[in-house]
Amino acid sequence: MKLRAVSETLNACSGCEISILDTGERFYEILNNIEFLHFPLLMDHKSCIKTNGKKESELPEADLGILSGGIRNEEHLEIAKEVRKKCDIVIAFGTCATHGGIPALTNSYTNQEVLSRYYSTETTDNTSDYPDKDVPPLLERCYALDEHIKVDLYFPGCPPHPHHIYNAFISLATGKIPALPEKSVCDVCPVLKKGKIDSKNVKRFLAPPQYNYANEPLKDMRCLLEQGFVCMGPVTRAGCGGDNMIPRCISARVPCQGCYGPASFNGNQRLDLLNALASQGINTGSLPNTEFLLEFSGAHNLLRPRIKLVRK
Amino acid sequence: MSQTINIRPITRIEGHASIHIRLDDNGNVEDAGVNITSLRGFEKFIEGKPAEEIPKIVTRICGVCPWMHHIASTKAVDGCFGVTPTVTGDLLRELMLTIAHVEDKLLHFFFLSSPDFIIGPDADYSVRNIMGIVRANPELAAKIVKMRQLTKMILDKFSCKAVHPIAGVVGGFSKPLLDEERKEMLSGMQKVLDFSLFTIEFAKKDIFPKYIDLIKSIGVIKTGFMGMIDENGAFNLYSGKIRLMKSNGDYTDFLPEDYTDYIAEKVLPFSYGKFPYAKSWNEGFSLDIDAPKGIYRVNTLARINVADSMTTPLAQAEFEEFRSVFGRPCQETLLYHYARLIEAVYACERAIEILQHPAIIDTNVRSYAEPGAGRGIGCVEAPRGALIHDYSTDDKGCITRANMIVGTTHNLGPINMSVKKTAKTLIKNGKIDDGLLNSIEMAVRAYDP
Repeated sequence: MKLRAVSETLNACSGCEISILDTGERFYEILNNIEFLHFPLLMDHKSCIKTNGKKESELPEADLGILSGGIRNEEHLEIAKEVRKKCDIVIAFGTCATHGGIPALTNSYTNQEVLSRYYSTETTDNTSDYPDKDVPPLLERCYALDEHIKVDLYFPGCPPHPHHIYNAFISLATGKIPALPEKSVCDVCPVLKKGKIDSKNVKRFLAPPQYNYANEPLKDMRCLLEQGFVCMGPVTRAGCGGDNMIPRCISARVPCQGCYGPASFNGNQRLDLLNALASQGINTGSLPNTEFLLEFSGAHNLLRPRIKLVRK
Repeated sequence: MSQTINIRPITRIEGHASIHIRLDDNGNVEDAGVNITSLRGFEKFIEGKPAEEIPKIVTRICGVCPWMHHIASTKAVDGCFGVTPTVTGDLLRELMLTIAHVEDKLLHFFFLSSPDFIIGPDADYSVRNIMGIVRANPELAAKIVKMRQLTKMILDKFSCKAVHPIAGVVGGFSKPLLDEERKEMLSGMQKVLDFSLFTIEFAKKDIFPKYIDLIKSIGVIKTGFMGMIDENGAFNLYSGKIRLMKSNGDYTDFLPEDYTDYIAEKVLPFSYGKFPYAKSWNEGFSLDIDAPKGIYRVNTLARINVADSMTTPLAQAEFEEFRSVFGRPCQETLLYHYARLIEAVYACERAIEILQHPAIIDTNVRSYAEPGAGRGIGCVEAPRGALIHDYSTDDKGCITRANMIVGTTHNLGPINMSVKKTAKTLIKNGKIDDGLLNSIEMAVRAYDP
């Protein structure tokens, strides 16, 4: 019998769901093993129809609940709790769900700061009234799923690679817990490492890295971190490259952005990277800002609004 | 008794939205509209970050069209740092953006919208989807899946990351295109062009004539239009001026840098998304479905309406046929789908043109940048409409201020009007069923929000 699944998108961009479609012709095989009962990007089943406030449609019970996105407002929270209640296994699908993802950058600011900026840009007509009718109220900040509900499987990636999505869905359908890569990006990165960083100061990515010719194999290109660039490889979970494991950013000759979240689940990508650099005697003071080192993992209270001292 | 109906979420769209309908005592529509239920606040939280990182952050505004945010953002950061991208860097950006347009159109038309037409607007909801097409017409479905995947993998293979790209960089592009990669892409895009031509023929024969009554009735409103054009007034997705056209066909062209002189945004209580309007028309703002004020539309139909011509031959032929039948400006909302398919043909042809440009395989892909204070406004056409990223930086090159107007936001006023219009036309005496509610959602889906 097929596994029955529910897919919902919370505080996210739909990129995770697109990555499911990016399994391409193997999507058919997924459909042969998994029956989607609810999948708003592709299907018309509604999570909620209300007449005069009375609920007439709700989420079905299922074996698998696939949740992408963090929890940022009351609607996300309600859906996450309902999926938890109705599904045997809940998957935190994508880095927003596992660690907050890019939208958790909002955690450096209060809701008031976010609202007052968005509703007062140079093109916005003056208003002091923010939307509050038929829109779900914001929670205090952006949470990873496991800050509110129990999560059974963590599936990071921004988005998760289609190869791993396919493998995981097929494993689950045959009753197995899917195996995901547990190494760091550096562990699987083929570039040339000499064990020492050339630059005393961290370099911003404003010019191309050094390599010798257009199609020089990655194994001959000097490690981008060792060239002095901010590369999140040492502190980031591997997996972005799919079955062949070659990190995607590095293949484009761009330093790793960190999109699979911390290498060890409870790691702190900012602290761990700054520590790694400092231990090699590298001056990180040349970085004008370090919040962006947490741009994929700012939930779990790692990013917080700056405290402002007001002298009385 | 009066009645309120809330439907959540609107399905087969990429964003987060719900519908509300309020009926009066006689069961007729008093009010109806769309609530944009998500607010993330990119304008705020990119503040303070090094500007060169922003093109890799703003991609998460949309996982369906990350390339457009990525490229608009690289242009804005170029402006902040005063860098001119190299010729090849600029061409590679346009190439990726153009191929991403093709992929988006195939995704939207076949996976999200066409089930309404191929399976039927009031077919059972459980089969009105791409899986339904797989069962009803496996041969067509196989072609769809294969061609969309081919397009996506052309992007993915060269750029190394198609969903949430990283290869566009300040000053240009991160890697050159090799000649053998160019040849492979060219042969791939030729196949996709053939499929795009098949698609538009299929739709002109089997879809649009069959649903002409729906096209004439669902979501039709009368508004202005806005879209990008080149120096000759021809259609362009990547760079040029913006043309703002009134519903009577009169228009003004302006530079993207001057957008604040032409566009303002209203905040309304029922939607986190704002409501842009043409402030340069000096008529104020109103979503009255019979007499709107300041309301213009963007996205495919808008671009086809504002353009004088297309720059590629096969798209030009389709454009001429469309205009001769539907006039200018065409107001029928469901014809966004038709316009989308003309654009798919254009985007394939344009990608092939770029791939034949002698500079495309040059290795000088990136100019050096120095961080510094400045302001940059990056504008491209996203599948869902004109996309504006406007940043300022401090002397360290970190963001001090950002404003973004994304494609769908321009269309929020028109989407609300189309929903209200459709609900008023279809709901009589309180009689509502699934097929009818889906017809209301079809008015939303045409805009592909």
